[in-house]
Amino acid sequence: MDPLRLDSLYDTQFVQEVKKESGQDPALCYQCGNCTAGCPYTFVYDLPVHQIMRLLQAGHKERILSSRSLWLCATCQSCTTRCPNNIDVAQIMDVLRHMARRQGYFTEKSVVRFQDSFLKSVKNHGRVFELGVMLGYILRTGRFWTDMELGPKMAFKGKLSPKPHGIKGKQEVVKIYHKFMGGPQ
Amino acid sequence: MPESYAYYPGCSGLGTSREYELSTRKVCQALDLELREIPDWSCCGSSPAHTVDHVFSSALAARNLALVEEMGLETVITPCPSCLTNLKVAAWRMQEESFLQEVNQYLEQPCKNQVQVKSVLQALVEDVSLSRIKEQVQNPLKGLKIAPYYGCIMNRPPGIMDFDDPENPTAMDQILKALGAQVVDFPLKVECCGASYGIPRQEVVLHLSGKLLDLARVQGADALAVPCPLCQMNLDMRQNQINSFLQQDFQLPVFYYTQLMGMAFGLEHKELGLDKLCVDPLPALNRAKQRQAEEQEERARKQKQRQANQSSAPARSASE
Repeated sequence: MDPLRLDSLYDTQFVQEVKKESGQDPALCYQCGNCTAGCPYTFVYDLPVHQIMRLLQAGHKERILSSRSLWLCATCQSCTTRCPNNIDVAQIMDVLRHMARRQGYFTEKSVVRFQDSFLKSVKNHGRVFELGVMLGYILRTGRFWTDMELGPKMAFKGKLSPKPHGIKGKQEVVKIYHKFMGGPQ
Repeated sequence: MPESYAYYPGCSGLGTSREYELSTRKVCQALDLELREIPDWSCCGSSPAHTVDHVFSSALAARNLALVEEMGLETVITPCPSCLTNLKVAAWRMQEESFLQEVNQYLEQPCKNQVQVKSVLQALVEDVSLSRIKEQVQNPLKGLKIAPYYGCIMNRPPGIMDFDDPENPTAMDQILKALGAQVVDFPLKVECCGASYGIPRQEVVLHLSGKLLDLARVQGADALAVPCPLCQMNLDMRQNQINSFLQQDFQLPVFYYTQLMGMAFGLEHKELGLDKLCVDPLPALNRAKQRQAEEQEERARKQKQRQANQSSAPARSASE
């Protein structure tokens, strides 16, 4: 990691927002590295999670929100469970991801497209339609070879429903979507 | 009178984790638990929703909690850890009045946040009890060595999930032991399998799930037992992908722990959906049976020898 400028890049508003939305105080982190030691995803992160915590203390919004790590965190809760200062690190990562989404930092496009495809499916049917999520993802990414060999196998075993399982209260679910995911897509 | 719970099956129970759903219902029936499915339940939002906004994900979950309140039941149980987390986290956040009010703005039927959320696993261990589970065992799983893998969110974060140990959970171990199985040490019990990255970043899952299969094999397990649809899918459905990615030859069946319960209870393989597992469990089950028979034979042989030695010993001393 490059040396950090602790003065000129400090984004006060950003730090305040993270604190407010997560209910956590990043200043409590003393950089023991326990979160990173337990994080199963460090091997694919561009910034290990303890460095994100340090950058947050230094208020470096741009470097944090453009980090691919935000999208590769699976919220497995290791960091939160093991933090000696009881910081809910996974919650901070989640809040940073919300901000990255709101402000258009999509540094792991395939992950975002998968999530969008999943959420679209819930909006359309009220429940997840797994085959639809898969097809939606493939259409969004053009990655038609994704898990190609698994589809027939799962269908043969009766584990891939060919039809969505719609619900009566679908409109109630759509109503929840409107504010957060925009109007009908 | 059977105990009654509201039941939230979760979306994957309708598809990729069909066998979890089948075996959970069968096992609960055998144990006299009444599962009352929430009428017209909707998706809890799973991981994708909480990465968007917390009010959003909580509202998706709370719609279901409100339906449970309408059913007049105190407790809802779900087999799926991802649904469990979403329902529990929503209930936890809604303890704050202002958050509850915000969520309720989006709900047709407001949620009062009065429902207790539990996993089926928790209900089995805490409400049903191991002794009642033991009573149902007709075919003990003797000789079967199982690696118990819980996945990352069944017990974590401990402050919200409030069940079992967050680093070394044992609820499933205890059930498996009650079934007569041999539980091997499995230090990666709560290590993440790669979660839902199988589609967008497949190699991440193959790497992480590969580690779990490797440890299970090193520990001499015949199979793994899991309580999570996503873990099961990554370890079972993707086992061939893992094999080609890591140049391995894993052939480890990955059971839902409810399937193992059903087998021990003497239920038919078909009704527990054993035929739906991707890695065929029969070779491993037969291997365990054979090993058990061999060990028994060996024990009998040793016993016989000891008896022979004992009966010949006085004869020898008499002749001296």
